[in-house]
Amino acid sequence: MNEQLTILLVVVPLMIAPITALFKSHTISWILTAIVSLTSLILSFIILFDVIDGSHVIYELGGWRPPWGIEYKIDSLNAFIALIVSAIACLSTIFAWQSVPKEINENNYGLFYAALQLCLLGLLGIALTGDIFNLFVFLEISSLSSYALISMGRSRKALTAAFSYLILGTIGATFFLIGVGFLYAASGSLNIADIATRFSTFADMQLVMTGFIFILLGLGLKAAIFPMHSWLPNAYGHAPSVVSIFLSATATKVSIYVLIRVLFDLYPVAYWQALLLPQILLVLGCVGVIYGSFRAWQQVELKRLLAFSSVAQIGYIIIGISLLNNDGITASVMHLFNHALIKATLFMGAGIILYRTNTTKLSELRGFGGSMPWTFAAIVLAGLSLIGVPGTVGFVTKWYLLSGAIAQGKWIVVVAILAGSVLAIAYVWKIVEAMYFNSKRKMVIQNVKIGDINLAKAPFSLSLALWIGAAGCLYFGLYTELPYQSAQSIATALLSSEVAP
Amino acid sequence: MIEYILGHINYWFIIAVMMVGLYTLISRTNLIKKLAGLAIFQTAVILFYVSLGKVTGGTVPIVDEAYTLYSNPLPQVLMLTAIVVGVATTALGFALVIRIKEAYNTIEEDAIFTLDQKDHE
Repeated sequence: MNEQLTILLVVVPLMIAPITALFKSHTISWILTAIVSLTSLILSFIILFDVIDGSHVIYELGGWRPPWGIEYKIDSLNAFIALIVSAIACLSTIFAWQSVPKEINENNYGLFYAALQLCLLGLLGIALTGDIFNLFVFLEISSLSSYALISMGRSRKALTAAFSYLILGTIGATFFLIGVGFLYAASGSLNIADIATRFSTFADMQLVMTGFIFILLGLGLKAAIFPMHSWLPNAYGHAPSVVSIFLSATATKVSIYVLIRVLFDLYPVAYWQALLLPQILLVLGCVGVIYGSFRAWQQVELKRLLAFSSVAQIGYIIIGISLLNNDGITASVMHLFNHALIKATLFMGAGIILYRTNTTKLSELRGFGGSMPWTFAAIVLAGLSLIGVPGTVGFVTKWYLLSGAIAQGKWIVVVAILAGSVLAIAYVWKIVEAMYFNSKRKMVIQNVKIGDINLAKAPFSLSLALWIGAAGCLYFGLYTELPYQSAQSIATALLSSEVAP
Repeated sequence: MIEYILGHINYWFIIAVMMVGLYTLISRTNLIKKLAGLAIFQTAVILFYVSLGKVTGGTVPIVDEAYTLYSNPLPQVLMLTAIVVGVATTALGFALVIRIKEAYNTIEEDAIFTLDQKDHE
């Protein structure tokens, strides 16, 4: 019975998105989006509890047997990623209720929500499918809708940011497609499990390695891994608040999920260990952590600061993958979840500030902390998680990452993580300093219409979403069972596939 | 060597087309020309897939007793999807260029960059 639920995760948004596009009313399109994201959340929960013990749920599309037909093979990693995506979608939907009418042109409500649902559909599809070409199609569905969503930002820079994301994202996806073509030429199959089981029969072909490099480059671009991150700060810095929240928490995470799949399930680990890839990833991860944190510290605008900090956090995840031991991978997978939660919370905080003051420049927010204490308390809480203070989610992942690195004797990683944490303290402090400690001066507030009471207090739905996120940062820092157990079961499954031929 | 080059002549042409696209994409500052480069780049990948499926002397894949050797239809079917994706990308790109033209009154990348710098100051 649960096989049928997996396909519903993709079909429900696919059916409702075109209907949503027909409506102009904000209320109706919001309710439809809320239905979609809530359904996805419930379905992913059911599926996750089904597979958390290490079993699989398999659905064959159209009844065609794999490897000919497309197959959805859900293990704990798939279900975990689907859960992250749909949970963040729910949070963003709550936030959207009052944020979208303010930021989006009123003629575009239906289209905006339809694009948001399509983006959700694409990300869920990537998380579920076991067919590598089908994965490309979902990757493009989510990317195309995210280009459109980013371009709806208020400043005209959003347009150029969306355009350069479109160019780089399409190059990334096309590289991925070329890689899949090479792999198909060698293996004659598109099913991930099928390619993996027959891998030794064609492993010697030059094609396979060329394909591997193309796939890696394509995914690296999509996931914004350190030297290929140039599109990310602009895209997330200028997008509408809801879009920044949703994409920063999910889009790069899902690309990293695909990377994990390719590295551990599609290609055997020994194959890319021989290519020195763990070492390359380790160095890229470490440089990414330090560079991203340093650039974040340099920023004077809150949303761009958060976007650069994402580059650093992706670095931590890459380091965890490159360690190739149980602790490292557990840390990476948990950080997919934890970082999604932290970054969504921080971007929601930035969204509330933008909603009330029409600016996110730190210099224009001086001493504003006293005027909106609860919002800033939540931001500080999420900021502490970003640093990795004990009792928050960030600490849990850094702990496992450090213990994984020490077990392998990789002291350079320990140094990079510590340096990254110190820089994180510096850039989080920069926000705190601007809000609380800088001399309070008269706020200069721009673009406010007469009679506009938005400035008076943070709207209820925005605060609700923000505090759900902040409470999550604290709750999952103290009670780590759900993410830890899932991540543990995922890491065991990924590493055991290495031992099997 | 010559035999190797001639035997893979289709792939050489595809690489040439791909590089033309990628080079146009990188070197032009005009946004429309960038998109044209992107479209050429994607077309090269489509050609690559289609030529993968070709079997020398093979016929169209139909069920008939008289024919046993036929080309692989799967890459062509995959490329139908990729063409749709490519069309959507190009269309979205053009829509963005129109909006950029309205907002900046130019579609030259360096002019847009200077305007953004001015905004910053």
